[in-house]
Amino acid sequence: MSEVVRIASVTRENYDTMTFSFPLKADAKPGQFVMVRCEGSEEIPMSLSSTAGGMKSITVKAIGPSTKRFHELKAGDILEVRGPYGNGYTLESGKRYLIVAGGVGTASVMPAAEMFGSDLIIGARTDKDVILLDRAKQSCEVSISTDDGSMGFHGNAVQLMRQKLEKKKYDCVIACGPPIMLKFLYLACKELGMECQLSLERHMKCGAGVCGCCVIDGLRVCKDGPVFTGEQIAFMPEFGTVRRDECGVVIRK
Amino acid sequence: MSSLSTKVGRLSLERPGMVASGIMDETGPSMIRMLEAGAGAVVTKSVGSEPRPGHANPCFTEVEGGLVNAMGLPNPGIAEFKAEMDVAVPKGKIVGSIYGASAEEFAMLAGKMEDYGACAIEMNLSCPHAKGYGMELGTDPVIVKEISSAVSSAVSIPVWAKLTPNTHILTQIAKAAEDGGCDAVVAINTLKAMVITPELGKPFLSNKFGGLSGPAVRPVGVRAVYDLYDSISIPIVGVGGISTWRDAAQYIMAGASAYQIGSAVADQGPEVFGRINGDLVKFMDEYGYSSVEDMRGVAHE
Repeated sequence: MSEVVRIASVTRENYDTMTFSFPLKADAKPGQFVMVRCEGSEEIPMSLSSTAGGMKSITVKAIGPSTKRFHELKAGDILEVRGPYGNGYTLESGKRYLIVAGGVGTASVMPAAEMFGSDLIIGARTDKDVILLDRAKQSCEVSISTDDGSMGFHGNAVQLMRQKLEKKKYDCVIACGPPIMLKFLYLACKELGMECQLSLERHMKCGAGVCGCCVIDGLRVCKDGPVFTGEQIAFMPEFGTVRRDECGVVIRK
Repeated sequence: MSSLSTKVGRLSLERPGMVASGIMDETGPSMIRMLEAGAGAVVTKSVGSEPRPGHANPCFTEVEGGLVNAMGLPNPGIAEFKAEMDVAVPKGKIVGSIYGASAEEFAMLAGKMEDYGACAIEMNLSCPHAKGYGMELGTDPVIVKEISSAVSSAVSIPVWAKLTPNTHILTQIAKAAEDGGCDAVVAINTLKAMVITPELGKPFLSNKFGGLSGPAVRPVGVRAVYDLYDSISIPIVGVGGISTWRDAAQYIMAGASAYQIGSAVADQGPEVFGRINGDLVKFMDEYGYSSVEDMRGVAHE
């Protein structure tokens, strides 16, 4: 069922990313997403960057026409929201999580990181692409990696994750980020025998588990996911190799 | 113990519940998942001549009692779809759903589906939200007969016509399909529908209108099947709002030889098929129906 909400506040995170907070009646879990649109945009799936309490948020990177339209919005403007959808991260108290975020994927893991005060790696291309850092520092031990070395570790998030895993014992890695990061993160966890939960992305239409257009090897990203465990991914040969366009045509990476 | 096996004309099914077109049926692995969950067959996403992205989002929303969608026939096109059929066909019965703008196009697509190993063809004559396709053809008995005839002569596998409830001449349309040589009819597709967002003063769906499915349409579907049973002599596949054994039993008692499930997959997941299989057998055992055939059409007696 869709909810019509008014934006309560808009926060600029960096040069291309903004956070929109709004009251949502429905309950949400860390790692869940909503299907959301504003006037003049298509409806798009967005991870919730805040899930606790009545005020929820999405953190939007301006990439295409719809996300650019979002960046014109102000407090008081209307959003139409369906959801929250998806399974979210499986979080158990007492477990030690290492959370790895890549780029705007930081938004998806932030509620889980805050809830657990976990160790958090934020990977980005440059220092300008690091988002939600101040918020993360309030509850997490944060490490940064940048591709150009302009902030923190010079390298990628997966390399930094390997270093962390050598120094400290964790029960599970939780991650959200670009497909290439997730692919190498999964392979690293497999090699090291490390449990992991990855939030995946596919072109979505219904968002509610019916139409099947977002499936990876028969599993619905919108309903069975978006978060999948390493054990599940082991049986998903399409992970990291195949995606489908909006027609369902296979595109090999 | 009662038997769930049934026949839709020439096609035998071990279980009477099929996956309705447009639900978890765009890729080979997802079709296999549905077969493994207990579906007797999977009807594919409707496939056309060329890749088609469908309508822009939003193309779906939940409403009280059901779902409204205007997917707009997204599909990878018949050439690309071979790869998905190659994966799914060895694992079970796959019904190839097709849509076209003319009898020739339908016949060509049906031929490809037969080549790919489909066990039957379901002609989409009923999608309510794709311009030039679906119910725009499927509400005219002359066109329905022409397409049915072309497809029936083009393939040797059974040909089914999926019908729209958005007409006052449903039984005439079904008769036209029968006269054209169809082996069965499938009823019903979604009811043409619209949702408006008052705060924006605009229709919610990008396509403005779509089709309503789910529990709210079940009584409409059951009535349609009941009427069709009295009007035609070819088998009927019932579809519309089935989510429990009681719903499935209603369609069979109205006259359906088999049934399809779609929207219930949203709430219940693929497991809905296995659950209904188990519950339906229990009901049949308790009430003395030895087979689906034994129960079919009893509401008419």
